Amino acid sequence: MRDFSYLRAGSVDEALSAAAMPATMLLAGGTTLLDLAKCGVNAPERVVDITHLKGLDAIRVDAEGAFIGALAKMSRVAADPAILAEFPAVSEALWQAASAQIRNMATIGGNLLQRTRCAYFRDPASFPACNKRVPGSGCSAMEGVNRGHAVLGTSDACIATYPGDLAAALVAFDAIVHLGERKVPVDDFFLLPGTTPHKEHAMQAGEMITAITIPASPAARHSSYLKVRDRQSYEFASASAAVGIEFEADHETIRDIRIGLGGVATKPWRARAVEDALRGKVLEPDTIKNASRLAVESAIAHGGNHYKIELAPRVVERAILKSGALA
Amino acid sequence: MTIVDTKMKHGDASDGLLGGRLARIDGPVKITGAADYAMEHFPEGMVYAVVIDSTIASGRVVAIDTGSAEAYPGVLLVLTPDNALPIKSATDWTGAPPAEAPFEPLAREVTFAGQHIAAVIAETFEQATAAAALVKVTYDETAPISSFDDPRSGEGFPIDMMTKEWGDAEAALAIAPVRIEQEYRTPREYNVPIEPHGLIARWEGDMLTLWEPSQWIDGMSRTYAEWFGIPFEKVRLLSPYIGGGFGSKAFPARYGAVAAIAAKMLDRPVKLAITRPQTFTAFGGRPATRQTIALGATREGKLLSIVHRSANETSMDDVAVEPLGSVTSIMYAVPNFSSRQNIVPVNTVKPGALRAPGENPSAFGIECAIDELAYEVGIDPLDIRLLNYAEEDPHARKPWSTRRLREAYAAGAEAFGWAKRSPSVRSMREGKQLIGYGVAAGTYPVRRTPGEAMVRILSNGTIEVASSGIDMGQGTYTILAQTAAEAIGVPVETVVVKLGDSSLPRAPVAGGSQLANLMTGAVHVAALAARDELIGLAINDQNSPFRDLQANTLTIEGGQMSSPRDAGSSVAIAEVMRRTGRDRIEALRNTLPENLRNKDDHFRNFTTISTMLSPTEGDYSMHSWCVHFVEVRVDVDFGTVRVSRMVSALDSGRLYNPKLAESQWKGGIIMGIGQALLEEGLVDQRNGHVMNNNLGDYLVPTNADIPDLEVISVGIPDTNASILGGKAVGELAIVGVAPAIANAVYHATGIRVRDLPITLEKLI
Repeated sequence: MRDFSYLRAGSVDEALSAAAMPATMLLAGGTTLLDLAKCGVNAPERVVDITHLKGLDAIRVDAEGAFIGALAKMSRVAADPAILAEFPAVSEALWQAASAQIRNMATIGGNLLQRTRCAYFRDPASFPACNKRVPGSGCSAMEGVNRGHAVLGTSDACIATYPGDLAAALVAFDAIVHLGERKVPVDDFFLLPGTTPHKEHAMQAGEMITAITIPASPAARHSSYLKVRDRQSYEFASASAAVGIEFEADHETIRDIRIGLGGVATKPWRARAVEDALRGKVLEPDTIKNASRLAVESAIAHGGNHYKIELAPRVVERAILKSGALA
Repeated sequence: MTIVDTKMKHGDASDGLLGGRLARIDGPVKITGAADYAMEHFPEGMVYAVVIDSTIASGRVVAIDTGSAEAYPGVLLVLTPDNALPIKSATDWTGAPPAEAPFEPLAREVTFAGQHIAAVIAETFEQATAAAALVKVTYDETAPISSFDDPRSGEGFPIDMMTKEWGDAEAALAIAPVRIEQEYRTPREYNVPIEPHGLIARWEGDMLTLWEPSQWIDGMSRTYAEWFGIPFEKVRLLSPYIGGGFGSKAFPARYGAVAAIAAKMLDRPVKLAITRPQTFTAFGGRPATRQTIALGATREGKLLSIVHRSANETSMDDVAVEPLGSVTSIMYAVPNFSSRQNIVPVNTVKPGALRAPGENPSAFGIECAIDELAYEVGIDPLDIRLLNYAEEDPHARKPWSTRRLREAYAAGAEAFGWAKRSPSVRSMREGKQLIGYGVAAGTYPVRRTPGEAMVRILSNGTIEVASSGIDMGQGTYTILAQTAAEAIGVPVETVVVKLGDSSLPRAPVAGGSQLANLMTGAVHVAALAARDELIGLAINDQNSPFRDLQANTLTIEGGQMSSPRDAGSSVAIAEVMRRTGRDRIEALRNTLPENLRNKDDHFRNFTTISTMLSPTEGDYSMHSWCVHFVEVRVDVDFGTVRVSRMVSALDSGRLYNPKLAESQWKGGIIMGIGQALLEEGLVDQRNGHVMNNNLGDYLVPTNADIPDLEVISVGIPDTNASILGGKAVGELAIVGVAPAIANAVYHATGIRVRDLPITLEKLI
């Protein structure tokens, strides 16, 4: 038995001070923590249970936008009528993620912090080399089985894909991660691997996600999430796109467009080059196709994942068409 | 088409007699959780074993440092090759005598990643798991050969018994007006049953009790008995419920020996549960295969020659043959034929059996190739199959016992609407979805081993059926109850079936789709014997209520006995038993031929496959047949394939319970959809690891991937094939699914994918 201390936080402050201790992890839905503990990736000395904290699971939507408590379950957020009305891409991303059982357990805060499915990362006994687990130890995935690995935001140290669906929608709509009083835009919250792939987000020791907020916007209201994968259900994305569009009064010129990508990048990926190419343009097929190619301008493949460079622009293109029809 | 039933008066949903659509009688205990699976037992004093696997694929274990693990709280034993109780080698499943050398379940020489090299046994599972992580293994590693695509693996070596040749195939091919040649490949595929493997082993003196899921109680019991040098009768193996096997639970694995050794050394019951990742390496799945198929034909599409060259991966130290010419050689009439097969050793666990081993990949090759020929000569893929229809077994040169494949083509095409197919590729479309129709046939042989069963009539009128045969979900409990009810003439609710226990009468392996046929046959014979004895008792016993009738015979229907002379005189079986003072009537019968009835042959019949008859033994060639019609929708941009419609027509002879047979067929079809589109063991070529060794990454279909499946029975009773007229069911329906889908994908897209699975990157 790998012993660890189990602490049940009575308040957010208690949780934060506990979380400041070394080798400490927070336990919410447990769907990532327990999974990775079984793999031997997580070996915390202290586990701080925050599931009993009150007031952290609220879901509120008003004219300003959405406020989602960190402990709200994926399934509740996905089914929330106001979320569905104002942020359909968020709801769709959640519905298409994981399985019903996991969605019923996993929390929104934990969802953001889910870790890569890189098989080399997940098997420390067989693959000691992993820069994400042990900085400087190397990367086994570069020349290994890497069909699911990232083509965007990679570095010489790491090509592990950020696996989540929700965050792709959040990054598109400029969501804010609340770390108590400190607020960090979701695009800044997630870090590129660079030379430090073990640092995945901007959270410091002693911080925890308390909520996320998503500003209301016409683009968010007219949004959708498209997820492409070989299996119809319960599979991570080969490529996915959250797209929201706001038109000018003429109903064809794009005033605002937001595009977040999943399944292809090392972090939730904002396709700003595509957005920039389309803002002010009339929504028509060739324009969209050409702009969508910009999504993979900087992409680098590593053998098994080359198809993603072909696939991702097609997913972006279709998602724009889909959301365009909604707007 | 309808299900042809020998007893047409039966067949409504509630009917418990043979041929009726009775729901599974083991359903309620499974749904309520009352069914006790192997790992759910907790014998007193039980401790836990955790197996340590090699992290290298090739090399030698130089040292195992067990110090920290042994010092860990709760640890009772760290088992290594150096301290393990020696055991003997056992007779193999074919009956080949054992090697002289002892059997070492923990390896010193490593030939694949995930090979068991040590085990930790502790008071708790958690202690054993934590201590196992403290065992330090030092290896002398050598470069592995991770697949038969590695040039260093070479061509392997030929398996001569797989060679099938007639005519002059090479010469006929060379002069054929139309020639096509392609390579077809299937990857490593895994059984992944929902119940992972494992066992509990308990010794009481020289008596070994095992709770272990098993497709073959008697074969596995024999292996354990020989390993430990104890009589067969001293092994009690219990496996009343099994959470899926698909071929992977027929033999004891090395971890079974580890658990039984540890239990003996510690004199404590030992539980050893295989983890999900270990289900990819503790035993083998289907090996990777490749087949080159050259077809020679007339311009009209009539086959002139088939030249088939194939290979499958095997392990470094053992021979595993996936018979890749099995369908190739019997599906079509062809005057010239040549099929040869190699096996190629690589650093993998020895491959095992996975639903329709051989027939499944074999059909993928030939059924894609014939489709390619149809397009090449410009005729309908269904028509080319009829044009080359084999009226007799072209290899064995014997008539088919029954081959309702032509009827299957007709019924399936009609129900599917094949006539609406547009002939050209990429010609059917709805929005972004390319639509394609595909067809492919399948077959599975009728394998025959004699069976045995005990049928008892108890004093309360209950009928008891007993056998060590097993039910892994295919419906053995149910159809045996129906068989006994039918034969004796009682309501099915009064029949109790006991299975999966080595203390019960013998049964051969539940594999090769043979069990239903041989067990219904044995139960039928035993039940008739019990019934005859009961009737004899009722006629002759001085206390019988029928004594005064002076009847020559009596009838039993609905549990009531009556005289043909006096229909109003019916008496319940229990009353007859009470009046005659009998507490039971029992009949133990087998269907062994006269020449196999001595004790040794009887034992050999049930503990090896040496008495199993080939499908062509005797006057006929006996096989089940099927055809699958598939509609796929392929996203024109994404390459994602969805099976949107599917109709299958199948000839499994007589169905003992159509509801359960249909369920098995659908299960096979679903597995086939997964094989076509999702399943693939991804092997890191540098170190031989299966990288997707879990159910999050090794994908099997979800409900969302499966459309409504229509299955149509076109079979008729085939009493050459079995006593009661059934043919193979369980392994049939997966055969032909993958090529039907691949053919439909070609029709939809114009892209021919010849290596499974058909994942999206192959279509964009």
